[in-house]
Amino acid sequence: MRPIANTRSAAGIPTGRLAVWWVVASEIMIFGGLLASYVMHRLGNPEWAGYAAHTNIWFGGTNTFVLLTSSLSAVLAHQAAEAGDGKKAARLLYFTCLGAVVFVCIKAFEWTTEIQAGFTITSNTFWSFYYTAAGIHALHIIAGGVIMLIVAESAKRNEELHRVELIGIYWHFVDIVWIFLFPLLYIAK
Amino acid sequence: MSDHADHNTDHHEVNYVRIWQILLVLLVISIAGPFLEIQAVTLATAFGIAIVKAYLVAKYFMHLNNEPRYVVYMLLTMLIFVFLFFAAVAPDVMNHEGANWVKPRVVVVEAPVHH
Repeated sequence: MRPIANTRSAAGIPTGRLAVWWVVASEIMIFGGLLASYVMHRLGNPEWAGYAAHTNIWFGGTNTFVLLTSSLSAVLAHQAAEAGDGKKAARLLYFTCLGAVVFVCIKAFEWTTEIQAGFTITSNTFWSFYYTAAGIHALHIIAGGVIMLIVAESAKRNEELHRVELIGIYWHFVDIVWIFLFPLLYIAK
Repeated sequence: MSDHADHNTDHHEVNYVRIWQILLVLLVISIAGPFLEIQAVTLATAFGIAIVKAYLVAKYFMHLNNEPRYVVYMLLTMLIFVFLFFAAVAPDVMNHEGANWVKPRVVVVEAPVHH
């Protein structure tokens, strides 16, 4: 028996894909609310530019490169799944997972240097926003990586290939969130 | 996979590697912008390019343009709610004084040290 997410088509698209778009819609509210709060505080407190000067653009830039590259492998995995090549899709998903691991490792190294320099989540409101926004994003990266491993396991047996696209949509959204976090936290100084 | 394949027939021709290359070029420009030390250029290269990058990812990687229009409207509705939130709350957060009021300063209380 095939899962409902793949066989039933509600509102013109498969139910699974519709569900992922709803997840993305609710994530827009989560990250949108957080980033909008950050922007209004930043505009109302020009001195935050001085705090932001301590963030390292090279860490942020490298992580942007990592996420953009992992998005490429996610969409190529989707392309392979469409062609019915589950093994190739799984390989590309594993590569995407590697991107998630590299991203989190860089983030851990970056936070260690910042905390050692005395900038912690309780230092001031800027650093509270910084660790909260980047931390929630990193949790999404970890969750996406775990789900991707599960999807890859079934994909390599040529099963549930539609899931490759679904995790891809989620992953690209997490990429888009970082695309906005990067200038807000690392470039605007 | 049949409906899955039908849905995606019109983006087989997309060169994903080329889109990725464009995204990387945009990333380099956004990093290089601040080195000119002109604030307007920094803001344009940082946030203008972020919007372009997000558009490219949504269109070509998420295939949003191939979805029914209501999916796009659903996501745009969420964005409108975010802007409404900003419009409603920002005047309070961003202003520190008004015609008849002054925002009280935040007082940081040091924790007592026990010896």
